[in-house]
Amino acid sequence: MKHLDEYRDAILARKLVEEIHGLVTKPWVLMEVCGGQTHSIVKYGLDRLLPEEVELVHGPGCPVCVTSLEMIDKAHAIASRPNVIFCSFGDMLRVPGSDADLLLLKSRGADIRVVYSPIDCLRIARENPDKQVVFFAIGFETTAPANAMSVWQAKRQGIANFSVLVSHVLVPPAMAAILESPENRVQGFLGPGHVCTVMGYEEYEPISARYHVPIVITGFEPLDLLQGTLMALRQLEEGRADVENQYPRVVRREGNSAALGMVREVFEIGDRKWRGVGSIPESGYRLREAFRDFDAERIFEVAEIDTSESGLCISGEILRGVKKPHQCPAFGKRCTPEHPLGATMVSAEGACAAYHAYGRHLDADQEPAIADT
Amino acid sequence: MNPTSTNASESSPTGDPSIADALSGGSCPLPILDHPQIVLGHGSGGKLTHQLLDKLVLPQFSNELLDPQHDGAILPVHGGRIAVSTDSFVVNPIFFPGGDIGKLAVHGTVNDVAMCGANPAWLSVALILEEGLPVEHLQRVIASMKAAAEEAGVLLVTGDTKVVDRGKGDQIFINTTGIGPVNPGVEIHPRRARPGDRILLNGEIAAHGIAILSVRDGLEFESQILSDTAPLNGLVEAILAACPDIHVLRDPTRGGLTSALNEIAGQADLGIELEESAIPIDEAVKGACEILGLDPLHVANEGKLIAVVPRDNAEAVLEAMRNHPRGEKTAIIGEVVEAHPGMVTMKTRVGGARVVDMLSGEQLPRIC
Repeated sequence: MKHLDEYRDAILARKLVEEIHGLVTKPWVLMEVCGGQTHSIVKYGLDRLLPEEVELVHGPGCPVCVTSLEMIDKAHAIASRPNVIFCSFGDMLRVPGSDADLLLLKSRGADIRVVYSPIDCLRIARENPDKQVVFFAIGFETTAPANAMSVWQAKRQGIANFSVLVSHVLVPPAMAAILESPENRVQGFLGPGHVCTVMGYEEYEPISARYHVPIVITGFEPLDLLQGTLMALRQLEEGRADVENQYPRVVRREGNSAALGMVREVFEIGDRKWRGVGSIPESGYRLREAFRDFDAERIFEVAEIDTSESGLCISGEILRGVKKPHQCPAFGKRCTPEHPLGATMVSAEGACAAYHAYGRHLDADQEPAIADT
Repeated sequence: MNPTSTNASESSPTGDPSIADALSGGSCPLPILDHPQIVLGHGSGGKLTHQLLDKLVLPQFSNELLDPQHDGAILPVHGGRIAVSTDSFVVNPIFFPGGDIGKLAVHGTVNDVAMCGANPAWLSVALILEEGLPVEHLQRVIASMKAAAEEAGVLLVTGDTKVVDRGKGDQIFINTTGIGPVNPGVEIHPRRARPGDRILLNGEIAAHGIAILSVRDGLEFESQILSDTAPLNGLVEAILAACPDIHVLRDPTRGGLTSALNEIAGQADLGIELEESAIPIDEAVKGACEILGLDPLHVANEGKLIAVVPRDNAEAVLEAMRNHPRGEKTAIIGEVVEAHPGMVTMKTRVGGARVVDMLSGEQLPRIC
């Protein structure tokens, strides 16, 4: 497929792998920030092509995984109301709350719909004037422009029966929180390619300088990830710590100004609680006052909810890069995609789900043969 | 404990505690499934479907004809053998690019009988119609079934019709059962797979699931992708003519290629190794999968088959399949191995390797 197969080329991949093997002289720990990157790495077995000294740890960049339990329980409470059509990205349907998931609520009769775009919710709202249509606006900066656009359009078109439950999170504060942590092992980052498509990467420069870590804004195809890894390792071996852009075919330093304009008109920055990580100051978006009529939290006045997290789940440590999925005693046993104990087992972008989907729970003892490199 | 299943009904605003009590103990002797209610994933053809069958259905009916769990059962009759297979069709929408529910209902059952190494000859049809269904729609479906049956060379010999209240069905559900004699000397079963056997696939995967998705309410997107729904009995005849000693045939419908291959590996207690770059896939289908975030290996097919063929016969079968109109794009996509029994692995394009596991939960609800 044009513009895709080129980035999955076996010969070029082998060259990059050889170059990495020739470059590395000591152990390094890199974190890929995005869940989409984690998924690709495990899907193509890229981590197994790298030298033993190089460890990839998986970052917090799975929006479904880091959405706080309180927010998910709130979503469930709203979705269970009789006059509500609750719209969500598909991944969110199986995320366990304190006592249910959206699929279970659906099987009990709640009207829950999967949408690929939040704009589709406006059509659903127009077609169902007697219902309240609520969209679960989650995600990083990547989904923020389209989510903002749905609210902006609803206001412009006077659609009064549409609202959003906002749980947006931001990448740079999370990276800083990881680096501040006393348990941190991360020495360099593969930065979030699609977040930076929207936001640009200027805001990563102070992080790189302050903590002296290389940050390479990286794409999602196998060659992108191998090249990003090579660039980060080269910086580490040379003692440099810069922000570099591996993904220039999509990312510019200044980002996408039209998308940014929309986001800033609708959202403002606020504190946000992350599942497994805790509250991080100024790490999320919330609706601006001018759009308060579309805020599902105000419309539905959900009472305070007592949350309870599975005691077994170590997703917090996984999201912070401290542990890997197979180091969890419940992985592949008590916790599976059919019965996730924590959110990292749910989304395709979650590290545990990626490990499980590509069989890392099965082949711990019997590694499948890897093509000689 | 799993929060999604155990505590759910107590605090949910819509839960009924008495049902929950019944399901979690009390009158019901065992918590049979991890889910207290049926969810769509139970019909995905993946892990939840297998769990439902293995725990709730099969133990009640175990017998030597059912236990092999093939696409159909092989019945001994008057010294010969006949294959019988049944399938229900609930696809939504009922008309989709490249086909409709009637055509699918004929092809699906014809193919299941053919996968037993049999020649499908007779078909029964049961219709469940929802009050309010336009007669014109029913006429179109019936006409389509007639054309499909003629093309496949099967006779519709008995049937049944029921009508349910509006809202109690979804326009039209169809059940078909197919019967046909098994070719003498042919023994098709996963446990006949041997290390070294080649795995052949008759063309490009994932078209049916994507075609359905492109017209699914709320997810519509513009595409030229047509369902691959087609009768495969002619192709099976050509395969068996080239090599009567075919070890396994399987049509990868619900759950896609991965479910079918994992079932074969599991029942054979052998491993399967795939070559990613060898698996045929149409560019438009691949693009749609990329955009929608779906793995084409999990997406349904309705005109594809997997043949597990002794190594020495692989080239002859490949040629015979490519010479058949339903197999022009046949490829050898992998082989059966002794290593990692029960597991399917794949060499990725970039030289890595990964396990290809069965779909968990649902990917596309109700596509066949």
